[in-house]
Amino acid sequence: MLIPDLLQPLVLLLAVALLTPPLGAFIARVMSGQRTFLHPVLGPVERLVYRGLRLQPDREQAWTGYARSLLVFSLASVAGLYLLQRLQGLLPVNPDGFGAVDPYLALNTAVSFVTNTNWQNYLGEQTMSHLTQMAGLAVQNFVSAGVGLAVAIALIRGITRRRAETIGNFWVDLTRGVLFVLLPLSVLVASLLLARGVVQNFHGLREVATVAGAAQTLPGGPVASQEAIKELGTNGGGFYNANSAHPYENPDPITDFLEMLALLVIPFALTATYGKLVGSRRQGWAVFAAMAIIWAGMVTTAVVAEQAGNPIVARAGVDQAYAAGANAQSGGNMEGKETRFGIGASGSWAASTTGTSTGAVNSFHDSYTAIGGLATTAHMLLGEVSPGGVGTGLYGMLVFVLLAVFIAGLMVGRTPEWLGKKVQAREVKLAGLAILVMPTVVLLLTAVAAVVTAGLSSRLNLGPHGLTEILYAFASQTNNNGSAFAGLTGNTPFFNLTGSFAMWLGRYLPIVAVLAIAGSLAAKEKVPAGPGTFPTHTPLFVGLLVGVVLIVGALTFFPVLALGPIVEQLLQATGQVF
Amino acid sequence: MPKPQKLFEPTIVRGAIASAFGKLDPRVQVHNPVMFVVGIGSVLVTLRFLVNLLGGGGPGGISFTGQIALWLWFTVLFANFAEAMAEGRGKAQADELRKTRRDTTAQRLRDDGSTETVPASQLRAGDQVLVDAGEVIPGDGEVVEGIASVDESAITGESAPVIRESGGDRSAVTGGTKVLSDWIRVRITADPGRSFLDKMIALVEGAERQKTPNEIALSILLSVLTIIFLIAVVTLQPFAVYSGREADVVVLIALLVCLIPTTIGALLSAIGIAGMDRMVQHNVLAMSGRAVEAAGDVNTLLLDKTGTITLGNREATELIPLPGVEVDELVDAAQLSSLSDETPEGRSIVVLAKERYGLRGRELLERRAQFVPFTAQTRMSGADVDGRQVRKGAADAVVAWVKERGGTVPPELDPIVEGIARGGGTPLVVADGARPLGVVHLKDIVKGGMRDRFEQLRNMGIRTVMITGDNPLTAAAIASESGVDDFLAQATPERKMELIRAEQSGGKLIAMTGDGTNDAPALAQADVGVAMNTGTVAAKEAGNMVDLDSNPTKLIEIVEIGKQLLITRGSLTTFSIANDVAKYFAIIPALFAATYPALDKLNVLRLETPRSAVLSAVIFNALIIVALIPLALRGVRFRPVSATALLRRNLLIYGLGGIVLPFVGIKLIDLFINLVRLV
Repeated sequence: MLIPDLLQPLVLLLAVALLTPPLGAFIARVMSGQRTFLHPVLGPVERLVYRGLRLQPDREQAWTGYARSLLVFSLASVAGLYLLQRLQGLLPVNPDGFGAVDPYLALNTAVSFVTNTNWQNYLGEQTMSHLTQMAGLAVQNFVSAGVGLAVAIALIRGITRRRAETIGNFWVDLTRGVLFVLLPLSVLVASLLLARGVVQNFHGLREVATVAGAAQTLPGGPVASQEAIKELGTNGGGFYNANSAHPYENPDPITDFLEMLALLVIPFALTATYGKLVGSRRQGWAVFAAMAIIWAGMVTTAVVAEQAGNPIVARAGVDQAYAAGANAQSGGNMEGKETRFGIGASGSWAASTTGTSTGAVNSFHDSYTAIGGLATTAHMLLGEVSPGGVGTGLYGMLVFVLLAVFIAGLMVGRTPEWLGKKVQAREVKLAGLAILVMPTVVLLLTAVAAVVTAGLSSRLNLGPHGLTEILYAFASQTNNNGSAFAGLTGNTPFFNLTGSFAMWLGRYLPIVAVLAIAGSLAAKEKVPAGPGTFPTHTPLFVGLLVGVVLIVGALTFFPVLALGPIVEQLLQATGQVF
Repeated sequence: MPKPQKLFEPTIVRGAIASAFGKLDPRVQVHNPVMFVVGIGSVLVTLRFLVNLLGGGGPGGISFTGQIALWLWFTVLFANFAEAMAEGRGKAQADELRKTRRDTTAQRLRDDGSTETVPASQLRAGDQVLVDAGEVIPGDGEVVEGIASVDESAITGESAPVIRESGGDRSAVTGGTKVLSDWIRVRITADPGRSFLDKMIALVEGAERQKTPNEIALSILLSVLTIIFLIAVVTLQPFAVYSGREADVVVLIALLVCLIPTTIGALLSAIGIAGMDRMVQHNVLAMSGRAVEAAGDVNTLLLDKTGTITLGNREATELIPLPGVEVDELVDAAQLSSLSDETPEGRSIVVLAKERYGLRGRELLERRAQFVPFTAQTRMSGADVDGRQVRKGAADAVVAWVKERGGTVPPELDPIVEGIARGGGTPLVVADGARPLGVVHLKDIVKGGMRDRFEQLRNMGIRTVMITGDNPLTAAAIASESGVDDFLAQATPERKMELIRAEQSGGKLIAMTGDGTNDAPALAQADVGVAMNTGTVAAKEAGNMVDLDSNPTKLIEIVEIGKQLLITRGSLTTFSIANDVAKYFAIIPALFAATYPALDKLNVLRLETPRSAVLSAVIFNALIIVALIPLALRGVRFRPVSATALLRRNLLIYGLGGIVLPFVGIKLIDLFINLVRLV
């Protein structure tokens, strides 16, 4: 069964690779202000937005101004979303009459959606009014992805410009990204999902009589529209608590494939945008390759581990092997997975959602085998760069490129150069800061939660698995992923507050560092490349880049992973449970 | 001049061992964040050892804790030793230099022209001194009057005396050198303590060492890594508590020390000092480490044709007679015209006449000959002998001279002259009175091996540009013969400057050599400006390096030393980080052996006991520093190949090797520890 299990992710990767050049080129055109086939329709809207904001689109900002605008926008978004949740009881489009959201939860949710995390400490269909979902959460799904895209484009401008003081205009980048990239793609994907049966209505909870005569409560809602941007914007916040495991969000294997494609396509396509804007497609493909290699490794690990099954169950003498014919069974660990997807589609989804900072799930990660769970946790702990979220993945990977260039540059005996820009103390300092934030926040908060009662009492499991649950929660939030291991009870003041803190720092400290790098690079002179500069588009460099990402991640998190999933697997082999 | 020393000169080693302890001073340690963390760890483990010792036992026991403490201290001491070794080698060189600075006295000129005798140390910039034959020049300065032969062997190691005279490009003198003949009046240009010798001593001793830009960037990266590992290890205690049992702090500290990049942290400053040393050993005095590093980044080398690419002088290689003229007649006239011509070109004609055409030299005086020297106006030289007027010179000048005397010029002359010029040579037409005889072919002789050097440079991504005052035709011919990438013909200081600016505006780094005062602006503008020690004070002050051998070809070695410096740092950083993989596999299972015996599966090396595993990792971590000191001092071998090839090679050796080696090393140490039952 392993071959078909792995065939699906292979087809998925091929589809992504096919879509990458055209979509990447389109995004490059849009973000550099060139006309596209959408301009006859959306051009007037864009101008209207600028007029409404009293904005001169050609007035560019220095990196400091860019960062200030971005932070002001994000803070205002958090405030707005918080108020919307607190006041939803008084506002319309609330068929089920939900009241104000608890203050801790409202803060966590506001930060969560503004930071593109979509960590959900609530049950969507039992907490949020349709107005909050549409005017609050869905809007943030668009703009938070737009912010990530803007930062990535600003960084690319920093690389390509020479002796420039500005790196673009935040408001223009945000507007263009949302209007020309995210909105049209969402309309397209939502239509396809609708066609496959994803619901889209304004109903509340409805009692229906089933065929068997029993009564059942069925939720409604504008799901398809939110589903599309949930994946495309690497957001991941489900309309329903069950997220993409819910049949109304993700009815069949075709929607499942489509949604996976949607969550991978923009982060991967941005590598082509990068290649096009720096004037060398091969640079883009090199980054694509590094991302794809890590992604494929994680998919394989997850699928193989799940198909291998649970060692405890194996000790009980249960046959977990795949079988066809009369005694047909999928084999492997099907606990927590939808039978309509199976291990291949669940494992690929799990690796894709954790690698893209999306966080949407179609299976229950807590129920994965220890090694399957390790793959999902580790994929986030690598820093969400394979391929990472919209924009965030690219700029995150480019920070690693910068570090790889620095080490490699020294090894060939020159002041390191990256696409003609010298990498010096300032860039190394900022890249170091950008990389330092995530491990620091994840490890410190996990350490605190692992010893205080407020942290320990939220666990579903004891022992190593419980530690993994806590680690996963902070890995997910700090990396702005948002997926949950789901064993942990997150809706407590302790986790709501620490989580908000993790999401905020994990998002904005690296963004400021990246924008500072962009500003610093933009101001530099461009050095022409020669045989003395080593190329950053060769298989050798791809290998080095993958190595740097894996080594940094592994060296940082090996101890805690050893005490979590690794020892769990080893103990399960001996039959020990907690 | 300092000569290359043995790597581990016993006297230097002894001094370095002593100073390794001296450097334990926290005020010294704090400058190196990585080793400072190790130092703090050593203190903490030592305290635990003392507590255990007094309490008759405790967590970790006495013997184990004591041995860990010992090896952590060794780690710090080894790092100090590495730095002290580099400094010691520099100091040894400095002492050599200092010997030349004997306490001299100077004859200072008073305003009224009389002299007074003062110690050299009292001289200030602007003072004028008189130096007679046999006296030592008391300080760096410029000859303002007189001419003298000077023995500069104290500075350059070159025993042949050189001429120093006022005006022109040979007016600079260096303190500590000795006047052999005649006398000179010198204007002192450096205050005491600021002379070349002083600067050189300070640089090689590391006293004036400032971190270079790439070193700063690397230090930042090492600090970031240290912080990450600090957090990873500090948070390990709560995780251990969660898992059921507190971890031994001694082992946690051991883990931290093993993970942070101690190998490169310990050797970083030694690498920098050693790089400076290598420059001095090549007789190059760099004004700053920054300049050494910039040398590694150079994109374009501007090389003067004369002296660098070609031997200093043109040589006659052929004599071409005109139709109807016997070769012997031409040889005879060419030799006659050159016998009293003391220019190298003239001498080469005499040599050619003798060696190729068998015509011996004659004494002009015997024949009552009168020598006619070359002047800029006539552009020819020759001799009047027995009523004959023999001349050789620039073609147009000699042709005009012949016509003046009613002679005719055969049409065959022009093609010969042009052919020689097109081939990069210089034609000299020889005439006897009104009769042109033929042409002397003067040729620039390209130094041996230059083509290969330029090929290597091209592989390294460095473009070479030849600078010459020749016409474009000649320049092109020599450029193609020597294999340079480009040339600047009919160069003037202004055009040289334009070229540098043009290259720099494209983001390139330029290196050049120069010696004349008119080179000074270009030397200052270039990123790496190497002034010849024979050059003027203005040139030396404008450049950021001085080549004491005054060998322009050395620019190539300077570039290699700059690159080697960076490669050594980068490679050891990669090695240091790659080492961590094996250390994790050694320590993590040992750390949680009691909590989770199942983790022993990760003990892939099958290390004997948890304690021997931890101790082995710590010992390996300390010993590898010592093992790599020679590499740090000598530098990773540099090969002039493309960046990709270099990267692949170094990644293989220091990356892959860095992962594999500690597995082997730790296993061997563990076997030894258990053989002699250390823990």
